[in-house]
Amino acid sequence: MKYLQNIGLYFIMLGQVFKKPQKVSVFRENLFKEVEELGLKSLGIVAFISFFVGGVVAIQTALNVDSPWIPKYLIGFATKRSIILEFAPTFMSIILAGKVGSYITSSIGTMRVTEQIDALEVMGVNALNYLVLPKVIAAVFFYPFIVLLAMFLGIFGGWISGFMTGLFISDSYIEGVRLDFQPYLIRYALIKTMVFAFAISTIPSFYGFYVKGGSLEVGKASTQAVVWTSIVIILLNYFLTQMLLG
Amino acid sequence: MIEVKDIHKSFGDHHILKGVSATFHKGQTSMIIGSSGSGKTVFLKCLLGLFSPEQGDICYDDRYYSKMTLSEKRELRKEIGMVFQGGALFDSETIEDNIKFPLKMFTDQSGEEMKERVNFVLNRVHLENVNNKFPAELSGGMQKRVAIARAIVMNPKYLFCDEPNSGLDPQTAIVIDNLIQEITDEYQMITIINSHDMNSVMEIGEKIIFLKQGLKEWEGSYKTIFKTDNKAVTDFVYSSNLYKKVREAYNKS
Repeated sequence: MKYLQNIGLYFIMLGQVFKKPQKVSVFRENLFKEVEELGLKSLGIVAFISFFVGGVVAIQTALNVDSPWIPKYLIGFATKRSIILEFAPTFMSIILAGKVGSYITSSIGTMRVTEQIDALEVMGVNALNYLVLPKVIAAVFFYPFIVLLAMFLGIFGGWISGFMTGLFISDSYIEGVRLDFQPYLIRYALIKTMVFAFAISTIPSFYGFYVKGGSLEVGKASTQAVVWTSIVIILLNYFLTQMLLG
Repeated sequence: MIEVKDIHKSFGDHHILKGVSATFHKGQTSMIIGSSGSGKTVFLKCLLGLFSPEQGDICYDDRYYSKMTLSEKRELRKEIGMVFQGGALFDSETIEDNIKFPLKMFTDQSGEEMKERVNFVLNRVHLENVNNKFPAELSGGMQKRVAIARAIVMNPKYLFCDEPNSGLDPQTAIVIDNLIQEITDEYQMITIINSHDMNSVMEIGEKIIFLKQGLKEWEGSYKTIFKTDNKAVTDFVYSSNLYKKVREAYNKS
């Protein structure tokens, strides 16, 4: 019953979030702040993980493709496909759900328990619109760029791992990467990313905005937000894959 | 004038306010007192529009809250200044940005004009050279003064304060009390303070409302509170031996 109530409250919250900003100049300022907080500050971790996971995927593929009948370019091809289709959009979104989701819940939750949200409401500010809308817009429109970067660095990491380990040669890897290039798969990955970005920005905001109690409850809300955002991403991934590729 | 007419508010089965009526006038500092759980905070939040009463109404200078549209309620809130118990300053923003916030949201003033206004109100609450500091860098008393500065930056008609002296030493508490009273008088605001601090009540309570279990038990001023025979009030206000002696001395004189 409580889950149903929360789902209802989540959609009521969205109704308040998607209203015209009260002051466009203030909204613009907040949007740039959020692009920095949610996007630019995540670039380091995204680059690091993408590069090394790309390398590991290429090494694993090379080690498991030892039959002489299977061409070596398959290593590059398999690495590219797995990175574009799943690793970059889904795996990265789950990592961002942890990093950004806990930040969003704790920052909004702290504002709630220290009466800063009450202060906004008393002033006549639509607190949900003021706090959450810039986060949603920043995440939905900036995360596709992060995922494109993750794709590039993942494939690049795979290529570098070939050099480092000597498991495959550069030419065959590049041939595999160039083989059967389908732009639709990039579009598919970016559509998924935008949907996941929406979940990453709204679910933690919901948990932060409606938290009750003190700092302990804010901590618990952050954990819950990350867990539920990850679950929602996994479920959405399943349905989106079915809808867009099935 | 703010007129509160028989307001009721419940949370689930808990009937918190059971029909409270009161009138608050311009240029007057009114105090709401009562023990914990008496409904003071709920009463204040109803006045602020953060809670909607189930019954009764609140009239702000001939404007009935229950009859206002959403945009009228937003307009009304621009006329309200609020000092929260913990200050409720935005901790990720500097003092200047905190005070500037209502101006940025609701006026078309230029950067220069806003800065001038910020400096004026900071000066008014006796603070200097704090513009670029963050709330965490200030003492509790200074944070309260910044909160007052933010509350008055839009020239509000109504000022609400929730326990403005909590956590402050007696000297700083007196500074804050005097500041609130001066500002009330200077800007002819309607000021309503929710307080537990009996020093403040005796010092600036031009009107005192005592709430008990969601009902208005007593109404008076700092002059009449010494003479009252209401047992609930005397038990609450004169609970300490010091205050009992002060009362005896006052009544003898």
